[in-house]
Amino acid sequence: MDNGFKLKHLLGIRELSVDQITHLLDTADTFRDVSKREIKKVPALRGRTVINLFFEASTRTRTSFEIAAKRLSADAINISVATSSVSKGETLLDTARNLEAMAPDCIVIRHSSAGAPQHLARFCNAAIVNAGDGAHEHPTQALLDALTIREHKGHIAGLKVAIIGDILHSRVARSNIYLLSKLGATISVAGPGTLVPPEFAELIEQGVRVERDIQDSIADADVVMILRMQRERQTEAFFPSMREYAVHYGLHLSHLSQAASDAIVMHPGPMNRGIEISSEIADGGRSLILDQVTNGVAVRMAVLYLLAGAGKSENGAKRGQNGKNVVRGSSATAREGSVNKEKRERSKK
Amino acid sequence: MRLLIQNGYIIDPSQGTNTGKNLLIEDGRVVGLSSHGDGLPEGCEVFDATGLVVAPGFIDMHVHLREPGHEYRETIASGAAAAVAGGFTTVCAMPNTNPVNDHAAVTRFVIEQAERAGLANVFPIGAITKNSDGTELAEMGEMKDAGIIAVSDDGRPVPSAGMMRRAMEYARGFDLPVIDHCEDKSLARGGVMHEGHWSLVLGMRGMPAAAEEIDAQRNCLLAELTGARLHLAHLSTDGAIEVVRRAKEKGLPVTCEVAPHHWTLTDEAVQDYDTNTKVSPPLRSQNHVDAIIAGLRDGTIDAIASDHAPHHADEKALEYDQAPFGIVGLETSVGLAMDRLVNEGVISLERLVELCSTNPARVLRLEDRGTLRAGARADLTIIDSELTWTFDASRSKSKSRNTPFDSYAFRGGAVATVVGGRIVYLHPDYAKVAKQRHAFVS
Repeated sequence: MDNGFKLKHLLGIRELSVDQITHLLDTADTFRDVSKREIKKVPALRGRTVINLFFEASTRTRTSFEIAAKRLSADAINISVATSSVSKGETLLDTARNLEAMAPDCIVIRHSSAGAPQHLARFCNAAIVNAGDGAHEHPTQALLDALTIREHKGHIAGLKVAIIGDILHSRVARSNIYLLSKLGATISVAGPGTLVPPEFAELIEQGVRVERDIQDSIADADVVMILRMQRERQTEAFFPSMREYAVHYGLHLSHLSQAASDAIVMHPGPMNRGIEISSEIADGGRSLILDQVTNGVAVRMAVLYLLAGAGKSENGAKRGQNGKNVVRGSSATAREGSVNKEKRERSKK
Repeated sequence: MRLLIQNGYIIDPSQGTNTGKNLLIEDGRVVGLSSHGDGLPEGCEVFDATGLVVAPGFIDMHVHLREPGHEYRETIASGAAAAVAGGFTTVCAMPNTNPVNDHAAVTRFVIEQAERAGLANVFPIGAITKNSDGTELAEMGEMKDAGIIAVSDDGRPVPSAGMMRRAMEYARGFDLPVIDHCEDKSLARGGVMHEGHWSLVLGMRGMPAAAEEIDAQRNCLLAELTGARLHLAHLSTDGAIEVVRRAKEKGLPVTCEVAPHHWTLTDEAVQDYDTNTKVSPPLRSQNHVDAIIAGLRDGTIDAIASDHAPHHADEKALEYDQAPFGIVGLETSVGLAMDRLVNEGVISLERLVELCSTNPARVLRLEDRGTLRAGARADLTIIDSELTWTFDASRSKSKSRNTPFDSYAFRGGAVATVVGGRIVYLHPDYAKVAKQRHAFVS
């Protein structure tokens, strides 16, 4: 199954090549069947240990990773750590090093600090899988979204995708923007001005269309992705009230009349019914919200298999490069930097 | 005791000197200049400066020495050792210690510790407000009597314009410059890096350039209102530098400094979440770097200051948003200025000496420093503009290692530091490259 898939960790989508993404999705396709069998288990990761290290509350993602590991016959351990006392307790690094001492093959981490998985990857031997870090990335969510779109549309290239809501704080939005645009979709985003900074237009080379009115984003869209609105944004003065948000930025049936006739609606969950999405849509025929959850297991099986199992790259078994970090972004070496970037891109091909 | 700095090239903008001369020092003071060919004065030690630039001692007017209170990060002794190793003869210690330097007892303690260390000159900066809380004025008069040369609530800038006005009016009475870290906390709060493309990519809260610019503008308006001398610390944005440019055009008593990391790195350096890139003000985008370079060229910027801010490795080994702000800079400041500015043709050596010595002495009214005129203190920074060297953080004299410049290679650096007529630092490669210099010159 391994055809040159070289990835030690899954930290984000931004740095993945199209080939790597496609390989992950194709692998997930093959694992989808396992969950449909009567005996939902294959021996692919027998004898491997997967630790789910969750520093943020999560039901769906943590369960999904646990089921994925178990259906691959891995030993899965869940650790939930309250982050309310970050400064008092053990540091993230010490926690990770202690877990490392028990020789896990893979650590799945969710953390409220952006970059926490990168932090671990720098110091740990185990394969690190990012299950959501701050507002940075949520790569398996984007992969399961892509798998779901591909399953229903047959392709991703050429599709118009509208992402609606709190883009600024959304790791799901970022990972999806990277992934879907790499596979040839065009992206538009919309939401309150406080939560959709115009700078998103230049997040990626291909550009993102930034709209103020969600109707303009949804017009002609093949895929409408709705993001969860968090109540605490109100106290941070990003918007005045949930009521006003629901009226101006919530998705209602009337919006969909402007979308493509076969448009699909997605939501990463958990939903605030009646706030960012009306129940008629969430439970309606265009909604793929539960398909997303089903595909989540297949995608996470693929990720664990490729990073912790027989499919993992040769590098995966070796010690990570703990050496000095090269600081990029030196202004005087900007030209050098772009040369290196070209090299990196070439080496991916 | 007499010391002759022989065959060097003297650059002293305070007197307009830019010429090959010998420099004679006696009993810690400058005696004067003589021609290279002149005979050796009697009873005199000789320092061979062939092929080297001899400048009035460099002054880093913005460092954090962490003592008292945070001695695990740095002590005045270790900070002073790092200073002379980096080519600085004088440093100014910010007051955010524990306790804060907001009264004369702390000021005297800092000065005594510096005398005990006996390397660099250390001038304390006092707090503007008690405990830097921004609510009550600190005892500036008492602190000035004890030895402070400026006041600042660096890192915790006075939030209220009304309070800042009173502070500036009061400081003017003691002829103390007010140094401000420009940051509107209501805009920057929660931010851990520059707000822009990279903060969006990395998913971290940004500090917009406007947070610095609003405060810079506020302070310049208050300088106009009060007539107090205002010095803006480590400016990092296009708009803030423009604010100073306009204030100077108006003839206001406003000066400013920039830090080496702000002209060397952009916010792109944050992309690996290396906490050694976390600093306040943050590393900015290229347009801001360009504005700093322009300000260094056109004279808007008065001084280079490192904002040396040591933190323990354990503190920096946290998640990016949890780690403290600050990087060390005393030992890389001159290297980054020589390599990135002088040797790239951005500024002349003479302008470098102005930025690192003449101007800081002028801003802080350090009368017999920043100059090599007869009778001045014999503080010298001796520079080899061709020396190639690599910074190895593990061998730093500082107690902390929080630098993004570990393993950086430089062309140009300080090779000897003279404080009060005494050679307190000699670069390990000085003897090795001396032969090459002679060959090159002859």
